[in-house]
Amino acid sequence: MAFTGEQFAFGDSFIHRLSPPTRLICAALFTIPCALLQGLESASVALIAGILFVFTARLPMRDVLQRLLAVNVFTLFLWLFIPFSTPGIPAQTFGPLTATHEGIRLALLITLKTNAIVCAVMTLMGTISVQDLGPALQQLKMPEKICHILLFTYRYIFVIHQEYTTMRRAMAARGFKPKTNSHTYRSYAWLVGMLLVKSWDRAERVHGAMRCRGFRGRFYTLTTFSTSSNDTFFIFECLTLTTGILCIEFFWKGLL
Amino acid sequence: MSTAVIKLKNITYAFPNRGTTLKGLDFHLHTGEKLGLFGPNGAGKTTMLHILMGLLTPQQGDVILFGKSMADGDDFDQARLKIGFLFQHSDDQLFCPTVLDDVAFGPLNQGLAKDAAKERAAQALETVGLAGFEDRVPYRLSGGEKKLVALATILAMRPEVLILDEPTTGLSPEAKSRLIEILGNLDMARLVVSHEPDFLAATTDRLIAMRDGQIRAGELKPHTHTHVHEEGDVPHQH
Repeated sequence: MAFTGEQFAFGDSFIHRLSPPTRLICAALFTIPCALLQGLESASVALIAGILFVFTARLPMRDVLQRLLAVNVFTLFLWLFIPFSTPGIPAQTFGPLTATHEGIRLALLITLKTNAIVCAVMTLMGTISVQDLGPALQQLKMPEKICHILLFTYRYIFVIHQEYTTMRRAMAARGFKPKTNSHTYRSYAWLVGMLLVKSWDRAERVHGAMRCRGFRGRFYTLTTFSTSSNDTFFIFECLTLTTGILCIEFFWKGLL
Repeated sequence: MSTAVIKLKNITYAFPNRGTTLKGLDFHLHTGEKLGLFGPNGAGKTTMLHILMGLLTPQQGDVILFGKSMADGDDFDQARLKIGFLFQHSDDQLFCPTVLDDVAFGPLNQGLAKDAAKERAAQALETVGLAGFEDRVPYRLSGGEKKLVALATILAMRPEVLILDEPTTGLSPEAKSRLIEILGNLDMARLVVSHEPDFLAATTDRLIAMRDGQIRAGELKPHTHTHVHEEGDVPHQH
């Protein structure tokens, strides 16, 4: 099981040394206003800020580009539709289709914002290992249930994947080859159904085992996070950055 | 005779749509007693264990733990803290991101402070010979190591009774002998459920059998010999 999805969590940089709750706060401070931006200028600045985050955390470039590529496959689809479906002043005609200025502007805005947010999330949240994410959310007084769901999803997704692989192998051993026919669809449906039943049973057993060790709905964690002056500094920096971006936004709208 | 730490009186339990599993079952385990339980698959062994831990509620009968009749969930919550229950599948028992978190989970639930819980966890890991495994990830351990970590998670709670549900399932011979060695150094009362006569002989003093939803007080003394016949893998008398 080489895949853990945590390749950003193990690094040594200014960002990695910040306490996980700080990184979560900064991620929220930056991404939420970012998602609401309307101006191309402010969105461009946000993207530059996002790229700066990535460099500050010294993330492995190959993995960063790979993830950005995955995200931009989605934005590519937006570029195929939005320019042609948004009403406005015609800019360019391709056969029967006409792209509008408004449409191109909207697609560009979404692309800029998406990349800026993904960069920030990779840097600020992606660098937190999953074992720290639960306690960090707990420390920020997030609802217990969200923390539990996160913890258990991470822990048991591998077990469930293992069960899936075992069943797939057992099917293959009995000569199953997926084809486009009802036998294949029915078999897959049973596979998924069985996986759900097994997960449910396992959930009950895990809960029983936890109750046997005195679990009564509350997690006590061993993890403690220490904060330094760097944390205060970084939160302040993110606040300034976001304020700056918002100022640009309002300035171009003529509100400032 | 010493007092009974676990007592089941006239327990009847039926799963929906599956007929009666336990039929007026009586069972007791005394202080310091090391009891082995065997019986065919589906005889109701695991059901009985889950009833005495309060995970299943019987249709009829009494569960008495440490001399106290279990009336509701709160009673069980208290009693469970003194019973170490080792599940058949370690993956059901180990759920934390690190071994240390998992072993400290029980002590933290018992109300210990972080440092005390960590110390307990370290001691328990040392008892099972896994000192230095604190930061390992439970799901990446081998089957034998998982079993020993699971044992450490309950030893860290300093239980008065150990209940082991088929602890040898899926273990290699080496892992089995290590488990036998570790259990040899523990002197609390225990109930071991297993299909393996050799393992029961090595870890318990007395055997009982379960058949047709009842305990049969078979005074079977384990003995060493080699032969082949139909019941070769079941403890038996000649």
